[in-house]
Amino acid sequence: MSATAISTPTPSKPWVPTTKQRIPGITVAIIAIALAYVIVEVTPLKGKLGYFITFVPLITILQFLLARIRSNKKIAQDVLVSSFMWTAAFFVFLPTFSIIITTVVKGLPGLKPEIFSQTMAATSYTDPIGTGGLLHSLVGTVFVILLSIFISVPLGLLTALYLTEIKGPGSGFIQFIVQAMSGVPSVIAGLFIFSAVILTTPLEASSLLGSFALSILMVPTVTRASQEVLALIPNDLREAGLALGATQWKTVALVVVPAAKSGLLTAMILGVARIAGETAPLLFVLGGTDALNLNPFHNFNSALPLYIWKGFLIGLPESVQRAWTAILVLLILVLTLFTIARVFGPKKGKI
Amino acid sequence: MNTSEKVAPNSLSNVASARAPKKPGTSPLGSGLEARGVHAWFGNHLAVKDVSLDFSSGTVTALIGPSGCGKSTFIRTLNRMHEFIPSAAFAGEVLLDNQDIYGTGIDVTKIRLQIGMVFQKPNPFPSMTIGENVLSGIKLAQLNVSKSEQQDLMQDCLERAGLWNEVKDRLDAQGGSLSGGQQQRLCIARSLAVKPKVLLMDEPCSALDPGSTLRIEETISQLSNSMTIIIVTHNMQQAARVSDYTAFFLSDGGPGELIEVGPTSQIFTKPRDQRTENYVSGRFG
Repeated sequence: MSATAISTPTPSKPWVPTTKQRIPGITVAIIAIALAYVIVEVTPLKGKLGYFITFVPLITILQFLLARIRSNKKIAQDVLVSSFMWTAAFFVFLPTFSIIITTVVKGLPGLKPEIFSQTMAATSYTDPIGTGGLLHSLVGTVFVILLSIFISVPLGLLTALYLTEIKGPGSGFIQFIVQAMSGVPSVIAGLFIFSAVILTTPLEASSLLGSFALSILMVPTVTRASQEVLALIPNDLREAGLALGATQWKTVALVVVPAAKSGLLTAMILGVARIAGETAPLLFVLGGTDALNLNPFHNFNSALPLYIWKGFLIGLPESVQRAWTAILVLLILVLTLFTIARVFGPKKGKI
Repeated sequence: MNTSEKVAPNSLSNVASARAPKKPGTSPLGSGLEARGVHAWFGNHLAVKDVSLDFSSGTVTALIGPSGCGKSTFIRTLNRMHEFIPSAAFAGEVLLDNQDIYGTGIDVTKIRLQIGMVFQKPNPFPSMTIGENVLSGIKLAQLNVSKSEQQDLMQDCLERAGLWNEVKDRLDAQGGSLSGGQQQRLCIARSLAVKPKVLLMDEPCSALDPGSTLRIEETISQLSNSMTIIIVTHNMQQAARVSDYTAFFLSDGGPGELIEVGPTSQIFTKPRDQRTENYVSGRFG
């Protein structure tokens, strides 16, 4: 043990199990797979789902038993609960991946350049793929989303500020209304605008009215998400602003909102996500058209969800293909909008 | 007001005698801040009972006492921050240059411009740079200061807060990138930018290490030449080091009351009240 024997220790990760230590776990997994295979063969259970509903309980129980034998009860409980978590997480991710993969696989064959340059004005839904396009619906969807943002973000943000900053009279009632509104079925929102605006005023169906209907869905989402973000801003900051001789308005505008801007942007994105795929509210108030309409305030317009709905309604192979392609385009559009908001919006701060 | 005769001699009469030993600074700083019969409630709970204290201009007064004795509540009544707690109530008078800040027709934002505050936890504005933080009061209170004056003001405030040399090369960095002690000095610089006559400090060093505490105490000594400072502290050595006067608050389970006030040396060496002596000698609290 001379001092010269001291050398630099090699970095290692003693907490990561070695291959040898992994063997029992891997064995248990193989047994579970084998047992699942046997059970599916002898019982009437069939297909992917059959494997799935036999394998998941089997691996959970076997892992638990293994841990119980190798170590104590506490570790076995830990293994059991971890298994449930993994299963639950898998169940949440499964549909998401399934949706994305299905959309790409089914939509890709129809994704031709001309769908972005042509409309359906001179084409039938049942015409061969390669003729006609969804430009009119893409433009219509961009119109309703942008108009909804212009209407809902100020309304939602101001409502959230009233509820968290001013806490004025009627806050409890407004909170109740906002919660109730977020449960409104989307078709009701469309019917409401139809009966309240189209039937009683000279206004006719247009992108603007479509965005009215969508705003009924978007305002509560933006409000509640903004409220949660604003509630995270420490009270110290508000007091510091007020202690510098600021009015409440100046404190909110210069301190609270800038501190929350990243979260408020997320609130807006959540709102857009809520409305981007809505079909039902648009059925009554957008009019629906197969031609391009560049005026969002006048005349009927289209939207991607409407285009998709029409495609599936007709139900023939060409129209269904068009619908799948439109779903893919909608997915890409929403993703693009979110990316733009993230890249050009405020940089991620503390919240 | 059911002021007992026990409280009265400890407050007003002592203030009168306390003023004698050290006269306020020579600069014309106005006539200081006076609290008269201040009571503060949270709902039905009386937190501060009948506190009367004079803060002569150009002096540093330390408020000491165990937790829950109402000193923080009391200091927050001095610039009307108390009223932000929804259930809060108040009685009494707080006179700034002989004008009641709770009087009718008083613009409370103007009051807070003249009576600045530094909080327990450093709270620089996270969305602003160091420079913007210092000048935030100009924007927040909508003061008219030209761009060129703002630069001078920023440097002046940072120098007075003892932070200029550490941040002069990175004024565009985020306020949150500073250490805790630097953040607190940034908050002091921010308060100075609106040129207050009185600076309230609510345990400004309780979250800081001894080195940062020392820097802030140096800052306080320098600032006391140009303004009135009232500091709440749990650290009795700190009170002894920085203050000209010390006021001892105590709650015996009921509302917090002012037990004794006097020149700091007197409070720490020969206090009149037995409870003060017990506290400053470390027998409790």
